[in-house]
Amino acid sequence: MKQTTTVPATVDELQQAMREQLYVADRGLAISIHLALSLKRPLLLEGEAGVGKTEVAKVLASSLDTDLIRLQCYEGLDVNHAVYEWNYARQLLEIRLLEASGGLDRGAAARDLFSEEFLIKRPLLRALEHDGGRPPVLLIDEVDRADEEFEGFLLEILSDFQVTIPEMGTIRSEEPPFVVITSNRTREVHDALKRRCLYYWIDYPDFQKEYQIVTTRIPGAPRKLSEEVTAFVQELRTAELYKVAGVAETLDWTAALVALDQTELDPSVIDDTLGIMLKYREDIESVRGEPVRAMLNRARNRGTRRGRARG
Amino acid sequence: MSADGHLLHNLMLFGRLLRELGLDVHSGRMIDAAGALRLVGVRRRSDFYHALRTVLVHRQQDIAPFDEAFQLFWRPPKSDWTTMDLRSLGEERRYRQPQFDPPPTASDPLGRQEGPDGGDKVEMTRTYSAREVLREKDFAEFTADEVDEARALIAELRWDLGRRRTRRWMPGAGPLIDLRRAIRKNMAVGGELLDLPRRQRKEKRRPLVLICDVSGSMERYTRILLHFIHTVFGDVGRIEAFLFATRLTRVTGYLKDRDIDRAVTEVAHAVPDWAGGTRIGDVLKAFNFHWARRVLGWGGVVLIISDGWDRGQPDMLRFEIARLQRGCHRLVWLNPLLGSPSYEPLSRGMQSALPFVDDFLPVHNLISLEGLAEHLNALPSRRPSRRQQTRLLARSASQEQQEAPEAVQRSWRLDANPSFRHPRWGGGRERQGS
Repeated sequence: MKQTTTVPATVDELQQAMREQLYVADRGLAISIHLALSLKRPLLLEGEAGVGKTEVAKVLASSLDTDLIRLQCYEGLDVNHAVYEWNYARQLLEIRLLEASGGLDRGAAARDLFSEEFLIKRPLLRALEHDGGRPPVLLIDEVDRADEEFEGFLLEILSDFQVTIPEMGTIRSEEPPFVVITSNRTREVHDALKRRCLYYWIDYPDFQKEYQIVTTRIPGAPRKLSEEVTAFVQELRTAELYKVAGVAETLDWTAALVALDQTELDPSVIDDTLGIMLKYREDIESVRGEPVRAMLNRARNRGTRRGRARG
Repeated sequence: MSADGHLLHNLMLFGRLLRELGLDVHSGRMIDAAGALRLVGVRRRSDFYHALRTVLVHRQQDIAPFDEAFQLFWRPPKSDWTTMDLRSLGEERRYRQPQFDPPPTASDPLGRQEGPDGGDKVEMTRTYSAREVLREKDFAEFTADEVDEARALIAELRWDLGRRRTRRWMPGAGPLIDLRRAIRKNMAVGGELLDLPRRQRKEKRRPLVLICDVSGSMERYTRILLHFIHTVFGDVGRIEAFLFATRLTRVTGYLKDRDIDRAVTEVAHAVPDWAGGTRIGDVLKAFNFHWARRVLGWGGVVLIISDGWDRGQPDMLRFEIARLQRGCHRLVWLNPLLGSPSYEPLSRGMQSALPFVDDFLPVHNLISLEGLAEHLNALPSRRPSRRQQTRLLARSASQEQQEAPEAVQRSWRLDANPSFRHPRWGGGRERQGS
């Protein structure tokens, strides 16, 4: 059975496939994904929060029609939670059972207790052992939240696609999974890990692209509203803020405004719903009121200029 | 076929160019790049660009030099254009030379002749009392020789910022039973759980962030403080260093050089506004915006070294330092002027910053550095309680200052924090004879 036929053969096909899953990918991003798939390398995606890094893996999994296995990173994430763990309760029970039946042979028991039956498979092992035909997409999310120790054992998995369980031996993956690693860059990921990956920096989208994203994801939104929202968010990103609103926030906001039956932006409604876009008190206070009006005006001016250019 | 060969040859040249620009492009990468071009093709320039970028760049800060190199390298050659022009590439991006003279490094002819272990020799020949005098002498009055000697003394100090309990478990005498090891171990006795190994939280050293003022008013101290920073670099695990006058410059990379003289010279060239005026508020804002989230993770300790002479807006300074304090485990302000018994932190900058500082310590002579090391080594594992207090103080301070500045000036000593340590009344000064 040929499995490679499911991987889009060209960049254009990949872009189209992702588009069908409602993801608007840059040409650059599409090329990176295409290369990662073809060269069988992990893809490291960096970018600010809310630019759609995690979404790439999800969309990729559904457009390749395969499973998504997700590992959320956090400090202290260890082998027990990332790769495998023994089922201790069952092991203890088994010992009691063997004792009761009188058939406790130490050597055999040790072999039995550390067999696959008592193994709890965590995401990384599941990704390697996958035997459902097509290799899954493995998403290692927010790797910057994990500590250096975790990065250390990711190295073995990412370069050879194998893990070693002392009691059982080495488990090697027949067809390596497509690995997507994301990082918010709250710290620098170690160079050794980066060198094993292809790299793409996802930037905030420009007006055209963001507008496309909004209309693709929220087709029910009035056209004028989507346009104004996008232009306003673009304007908001130029303001000096601690935390800039990402695409995810734009989508949330548009959805909220649609739910509020808005057909266009209104300064007082913006003030009331700023909390969807900005998550720091200082940021909200610094733009609420007059700055919001100024930004809205600028956004509208840009909009009319764009309209004129188009018409 | 030969066209393909040309392309590969150029690709190799391009790789070499990127390496010269400081990108981490090893030969394995170049093989990938060639493979990538075969997959993507070279018909579209933007595809070609993205294919190379995704394979050859793996740090965001490398994208800009890559773009520059790409623009220059992959373009139709002009008739009067040679490969020599490529050598100037990247030059522009370097920082311009300092407008003011950088502080003299210790590598003046005299110091060089002494050789690398000159400091030790001097230390042995000097008498005990001479060493004592040096320890008490203000850095501002140091001669070049004395700086060398002081370096040796600074190198003897041990820095340990205390430890943070991480979320990671390791075998040890902790509260929880390590089931995995328990079962493995007790298989030898037929699975009866006789011996119960335990596990405990792993501890790690706290990261340290140094933000040092190199403005005109600090000039007399800058040189020795750079030595101090460099020494701390060798000692503490994770550390970040920034210098500022009007702008914030990250110098972590330069200080990793083991050779201190070279490191200090490099730093002097990297900082564009050496000995300029001070705008602490703007600088802290830049730090909070661009660096705080990246370097203050995992419970970092921040040391600000400055005399507090600020020409910026006090409100901004207050706001930004309050924010910085909320983000770090402990905020320590080191002020060289604090060494003088008559000094009182009355300058506007110092006044606005003080309520948000956890420790306010002198840094003017070797004894004060010893005191600092001692203090940092004994940092409690909990954050000082401060949040509510400081917010209230911030509000009242900004209101009061407009109405009656004198009232605030008189009340600063009554604040619960910082744990102000004056050379006269602070603890830890009695060790002078030791």
